[in-house]
Amino acid sequence: MSATTADALVVRNLRKLGAVAVFLCRMLAQCAPAFARPRLIVNQVYNAGGRSLVIIMLSGLFVGMVLALQGFDLLQRFGSEDALGTAAALALLKELGPVITALLFAGRAGTSLTSEIGLMSATDQLTAMKMMAVDPLRYVAAPRFIGGVIAMPLLAAVFNIIGLFGAQLVGVQLLRVDRGSFWSQMQSAVALKDVVEGIVKSLVFGFACSLIAVFEGYHAEPTAAGVGLATTRTVVASSVLILLLDYVLTACFL
Amino acid sequence: MTDPVKPAPALGASGADVLIDVRGVHYAIDGRAIFESLDLTVRRGRITGIMGPSGTGKTTLLRLMTAQVPVDSGQVLVWGQDLATLNSREVFALRKRMGMLFQNGALLTDMDVFENVAFPLREHTDLPEPLLRTLVLTKLQAVGLRGAADLMPAELSGGMARRVALARAIVMDPELLIYDEPFVGLDPISRGMIERLIRQMNEALGITSVVVSHDVPELAAIAHDSYLLSGGRVVAHGTPEELRASADDVVRQFMDGSAEGPVPFHYPAPDYEQQLLAVEDP
Repeated sequence: MSATTADALVVRNLRKLGAVAVFLCRMLAQCAPAFARPRLIVNQVYNAGGRSLVIIMLSGLFVGMVLALQGFDLLQRFGSEDALGTAAALALLKELGPVITALLFAGRAGTSLTSEIGLMSATDQLTAMKMMAVDPLRYVAAPRFIGGVIAMPLLAAVFNIIGLFGAQLVGVQLLRVDRGSFWSQMQSAVALKDVVEGIVKSLVFGFACSLIAVFEGYHAEPTAAGVGLATTRTVVASSVLILLLDYVLTACFL
Repeated sequence: MTDPVKPAPALGASGADVLIDVRGVHYAIDGRAIFESLDLTVRRGRITGIMGPSGTGKTTLLRLMTAQVPVDSGQVLVWGQDLATLNSREVFALRKRMGMLFQNGALLTDMDVFENVAFPLREHTDLPEPLLRTLVLTKLQAVGLRGAADLMPAELSGGMARRVALARAIVMDPELLIYDEPFVGLDPISRGMIERLIRQMNEALGITSVVVSHDVPELAAIAHDSYLLSGGRVVAHGTPEELRASADDVVRQFMDGSAEGPVPFHYPAPDYEQQLLAVEDP
């Protein structure tokens, strides 16, 4: 890559970062007025969260089951298979729950948000709102953003609960780990700090994923190809950002 | 240089009956000039038609008139206010006094017909539900779609969607209605219906109307004043009869729908014969 090309790439990305920051400020200014129409926000919590429940629950179940298998295999080498409950709970609460939920959210709800807003733009619906003196940032963007931020920790909680159920199913029912040890060790080892870490991560991921999805949809080129590209950018950018933020947040909590 | 039927209004001309005054507007997209010193006025209580070949910037002109995009230079005055000097709150206040009919209707696809028409009322007023319902049904009755109130936009034909959009555009009783290509893609019945509705809105409610279209017969039937745009400026302006009687080449070509004339039908391209031969003999 030549120096000129690299410079152009840096400038383009910085410009986009600036555009995201400006968009975020404008949207945040519209978040308070958006709460005046709580029905819109409830609808978006349902769209982003409720409609993702099945995929989240299925994924949580299988992740928990795999976690139990792998954890049991590892722990029994040290004769510590009774700590399976603790290992599964910590892995789910601190890492797998927030991260996998966010990745699934980006693929399911994020793409849906981007394509919906992009198509609204392509069919002049956003312009029509502006012409009716209604700010689409308040009516379209802010409720979807808030809905995503609220839905993410709720989905992560569901993922964790189903994941623990899956881990218990395999660990206790299948691999015959002592039920009492499984739950009591988990209760004594998991601290409030671990739960808070998971909740904070979910909130940050929800903020990032919803912002990217809404921004890309709002700025999608108003064509079929443009909306498709914006949807792809949403998944790619969200996924990379989730993993990057996960590292940063984990380092902060240690 | 063409010879306009009636001279365009002098720069800065204004009067009590002028609702929109476009003065010496320059506007370019990606360095390509769309308008060069464009002058145009829309008078209160009249239907003003804006015609021109495709790609001449008619829809862009509507976007300039409604402050969707800023002019590069010149002025657009609406109700005497220079759009360039208004902040977003003032622009929104101005837009509450106008309605716009989009080429594709631009109905909100997640709500039914009733809610689409009720949308501006719910956003800008605190009317009690029974009164809001009465207002919406009255407007739907005016466009003949009271019976379609429960349908979703996806269940409507193009003509029906356009009529619902018209009901939505007039539900706040605007003083100015802007129509972007209202006749495009409609069957003759829907076209006649839209034409009658535009005229009725003007005659019964005194609404000032701006109609952008390249459907000459329909526009000539309803417009009081017409502007013909070409090459980024007004090439002719007058009543439809005056435009029809014009000897100007551009006006004649447009009104007669001829491919021959000063407005080229073909996009600039290399020599046809040479290009074909180049394909055969690479």
